[in-house]
Amino acid sequence: MKEQMNIVIAGHVDHGKSTIIGRMLADTKSLPEGKLEQVKANCKLNSKPFEYAFLLDALKDEQAQGITIDSARVFFKTEKRHYIIIDAPGHIEFLKNMVSGASRAEAGLLVIDAYEGIQENSRRHGYMLSMLGIKQIAILVNKMDLVNYDPKVYDAIVKEYREFLAKIDVEPKCFIPVSGREGDNITSSINHMDWYQGDCLLDILDDFEKEKPDFKKPFRFPVQDVYKFTNKKDDRRIVAGNVESGSIKVGTEVVFYPSGKRSRIKSIEGFNIDPKDTAYVGESAGFTLEEQIYVTRGDIMTNAAEIKPEVARRLRLNLFWMGKEPFVKNKDYFLKVGTTKVRCRLEEIHRLINASDLNSIQSEQVNRHDVAECTLQLNKAIAFDTVDQIATTSRFVIVDDYEIVGGGIIKEPLEDKLAWVRDKVILRNYKWEKSIITEDQRAEKYNQKSVMIILTGPQKVGKKEVAKSLEANLFNDGKWVYFLGIGNVLYGVDADIKKQDNAENRQEHLRRLSEVGHLLLDSGMILIVTAVELTQDDLEIIKTTIHPDKIKVVWVGDELTTDVSFDAKVPGLMDVDESVVKLKTILQDNGFIYKPW
Amino acid sequence: MDHLEQLENKSIYILREAYANFKNLCMLWSIGKDSTVLLWLARKAFFSHVPIPLVHIDTAYKIPEMIEYRDKLAMEWSLTMIYGQNEEALKAKRTFPDGNADRITCCRLLKTEALVNTLNGAGKRYRLNLETGKYEVDTNTEPYTGVIVGARADEEGSRSKERYFSPRDQESIWDIGDQPPEFWNQYKTDFAPGTHVRVHPLLDWTELNIWEYIKRENIPTVSLYYNQGEGKRYRSLGCYPCTFPVESDAQNVDEIIEELKTGKFANIAERSGRAQDKDDGGGLETLRRDGYM
Ligand SMILES: Nc1nc2c(ncn2[C@@H]2O[C@H](COP(=O)(O)OP(=O)(O)O)[C@@H](O)[C@H]2O)c(=O)[nH]1
Repeated sequence: MKEQMNIVIAGHVDHGKSTIIGRMLADTKSLPEGKLEQVKANCKLNSKPFEYAFLLDALKDEQAQGITIDSARVFFKTEKRHYIIIDAPGHIEFLKNMVSGASRAEAGLLVIDAYEGIQENSRRHGYMLSMLGIKQIAILVNKMDLVNYDPKVYDAIVKEYREFLAKIDVEPKCFIPVSGREGDNITSSINHMDWYQGDCLLDILDDFEKEKPDFKKPFRFPVQDVYKFTNKKDDRRIVAGNVESGSIKVGTEVVFYPSGKRSRIKSIEGFNIDPKDTAYVGESAGFTLEEQIYVTRGDIMTNAAEIKPEVARRLRLNLFWMGKEPFVKNKDYFLKVGTTKVRCRLEEIHRLINASDLNSIQSEQVNRHDVAECTLQLNKAIAFDTVDQIATTSRFVIVDDYEIVGGGIIKEPLEDKLAWVRDKVILRNYKWEKSIITEDQRAEKYNQKSVMIILTGPQKVGKKEVAKSLEANLFNDGKWVYFLGIGNVLYGVDADIKKQDNAENRQEHLRRLSEVGHLLLDSGMILIVTAVELTQDDLEIIKTTIHPDKIKVVWVGDELTTDVSFDAKVPGLMDVDESVVKLKTILQDNGFIYKPW
Repeated sequence: MDHLEQLENKSIYILREAYANFKNLCMLWSIGKDSTVLLWLARKAFFSHVPIPLVHIDTAYKIPEMIEYRDKLAMEWSLTMIYGQNEEALKAKRTFPDGNADRITCCRLLKTEALVNTLNGAGKRYRLNLETGKYEVDTNTEPYTGVIVGARADEEGSRSKERYFSPRDQESIWDIGDQPPEFWNQYKTDFAPGTHVRVHPLLDWTELNIWEYIKRENIPTVSLYYNQGEGKRYRSLGCYPCTFPVESDAQNVDEIIEELKTGKFANIAERSGRAQDKDDGGGLETLRRDGYM
C-alpha cells in the first residue's frame, strides 16, 4: 500500500488556492469521470466563465457565497504516494477552519498573489503553520501571468516573505512561481518562466518527506481512561491511551505524573492482535500493570528510567485566540492538555503579537485572532512537556462556554507557592511501598470508599459535635470511620513546630494533617476532620497532598467567614441531627457509602 | 506504521475520547461495511467489548439479509442493540414503495425523522434481549448526547466539510459555516445542554481503506456485497426499492479491492447506486443538515 500525506494549502483569500488545487486535479487526471465536463457545462449553462476553483465547490451555498468555507479535503495520488490536500479557507472569519485543516497536515503550501503581494493573512497563516508544528512549507507565488511572468516581482516577494519567516524561525522548503489559471509550474516545469530553474509543484509535493517517528524520545502516554469490564466477565484493568512519544516494553518500570506513583508494565493488551511486548509512538494502546495503583484520565505514564515530564500549576505559553469574546483576567476557563482538563485563569499577558506584522503590543486582553505570550494559573498541577522537549505533549486548547476558543504550546513551567508541598508528595508516592491489597478490595470488604470529610467554619458553631455525631452514626451502621480533630495532631505529630505560631508553620501543620489523613484514607477509612476557618489557600495544601476526589468540604453554621469553596453547608449546633442526615446523603450521593435499600 | 494502522489508531483514539466524555453515547450501525468497520474498531478500542449501545434505523424496507446479519452479530458479540423506526409513516403508508411519497420525502420520513426521534427518545426504541434473542421496548428514553457515525470524507462533497466531533443544535441542525476548530487531537467534547455531538471516527478513511481493513482484520460482512454468481453485487447498502446492485464479478474481499484499485470503479463514486442522490443535486446535503446520515 502506498504511503499517504496530508498537505494543507493556505493563504490570503482570493490568492488562488482553489484554482491551484483544481488545476492540479485536472492536469493529473485525478477528477472523477465526467466532473470537469460537468462543471464546464454548468458554467456555460449559467453563462459564466469556467474557473478551476469551481471543481472544489462541492456545496451549494458555498458557490452562492463564492468562498470555500471549510477544510475541504481533496484526494489525489502520484506515482509516489496518496495525497489529501486540505483546503484552508483564507477569509479571516474562517481561521477556525484553517486551524482544523492545518492541524491534520504534515506539510503546508502557502499561496501568495504576485499581483496583490503579501497580505495580512499571508503572514498570519505563516505564523499559524509554524505554531501548529508544520515544519515543511513551500510558498507558491501565484498569478504570475498577471505580472507578465516578471522575475523582479517574484524576487521582491520572495525576499520580503523570507525575512518575515526568519523572524519566526521558519525555514521554508522553497518558493515556486506559478499560475494556477494558466497551469505554469503546477504539474510541469515547461512554461512561460524560463528564468525559473526549480521544480514544479507536483515534484515538490513528492519531495516532501514523511516525518519519521522518533523512537528515541522519552515515552509519554497520557491516560485516556482506565477500563474494567467486569460486567462482561473480564477482570483485566486496562490503562488505555495513545503513545504520544517514544516506546515502552513489557516489564519496564513506569511512573505516573503529576502524582509520581510507580508501577510496572505487566502486559500490552489488544483485540485481534498478535501478542507483543513493545508499544510504539502513534499506537492507541492498552496496558495492564503489575501493581494496582490509583490512575485516572489526565495522568501521564512515563518510563522511570527516562527524563521526567514537567509538573506545574503556572505555565508560560504562546496562544492563538479565536473566541468571539476576548481572553480576560479574573474569569475561569478550562485548559486541556493531552487528556487532562483543569480550570485556569489568565494571570498575565507578557506580550501580544500582531500575527500579521509581529510587532508586540501591550494589552489587558487577548482579542480574536491575536497571538499572545502569557502566564496561566491552573487550579491544580498537571503534567506536560515544554515545546522544545516534546511537542505533542506541550500542546493545549482553552475552552470557554463549551467552545474551544484558543490553542497553543507550553513554553515553560513556572514556580508556584505549592511546589514545596507537591515535591514532597511526588517523592512520597514514588517511594511508596505498596500493599498487595488493592483499593478496590478494601472498598469491597468495608462496603465503603475512603473519603475525608472536612468540617470547617467559625468557632463554636458545632463542628466537633456534628463530627462526633456523624462518626457515631456511621460506626453504628458498621462503617469503618474515624474522627480526627486538627488539635489531635498539634501536640504529637507537630510537637517540633508547635511553638512558633506563624504562617509558615500553619502551612506545615496542614501538610502534616493531610499526610496523616492520607495514611488513614489509604487504609480504606472514612475520615472526619474538623478545622477552624479553613481558607482556600489552606484547602489547596490539603488537595495537593490528598487526591481532590477524596475530599468533601462542608461549611458549618450560617455565617461565611472565609473564601474557601465548599461542597455543602450544614446548620451545625442549630440542628445536629439534620446536619448528620445531610452529610450522610452527600456520602451516598457521591457513592462513598450505599443507600440503605 | 503503515497508513491503515495510522487510520486505525486515530479512530480508536476518537472512540475512546467519545466514550470518556459523553454520558449518553450511542453508535449508529447501518449494517453497511463502514459502520461495521466502526463497530469492529470499537471492539479494538475497548478490548473486545462494546460498551456503547448500537442504534439501527429500520426503515422496514431493508434487505432481509441485513437484519439477519445484524441480529446474529449482536448476539455473538453481546451488543446492546437498539432499533427505531417511523411507525406512524409506515402505518399511514406514506412511503415511496407505497407510491405515496417521492424518494427524498420517503428518506426524510423513514430515515431522518426516525433517526431524530430515536436519538432524542421521543420515538420508541426497541432493545435486543440477549437472553431471549427478542426485541423489547427499551425503558431508557434519555436523549443520546453523543452519536458516533461512520461517515467518510470521500463519500461526497458535503462530508468533506465535517469535523471529527461535530456539534448539532436542538433541532439536529448542522451549521456548516460555524464549526468549532480542531487543534491537533483536541476535539469538541464539551457541549451545552440540549445540543448533541456527532462523532466521525472514519472521516479520513476511503472506500478502499475500508475494504483493505475488512480484509486485514477478517471482519464478517453481509453477503450482499459480493457477486453470488449473477454478475451483480451491492456496493453500498440501503433500502431495496432505492438501492441497486452494480454489475461486478467480484466474489470476495480481494476481488473488490482489486476492482476498486484498478477496475472500472476506480473513478466512479460509491453512491452511484443510490437513486435518491440523483433526484435533486443538493438533496443529500439538505438531508444531512436535517440529521440523515
Ligand atoms: N490571472 C490569474 N487569476 C487567478 C490565478 N489563480 C487564481 N486566479 C483568480 O483569482 C480568483 C480567486 O481564486 P481562488 O482560487 O478562488 O482563490 P482562493 O480564495 O485562494 O481559493 C479567481 O477569480 C481566480 O480565477 C492565476 O494564476 N492567474
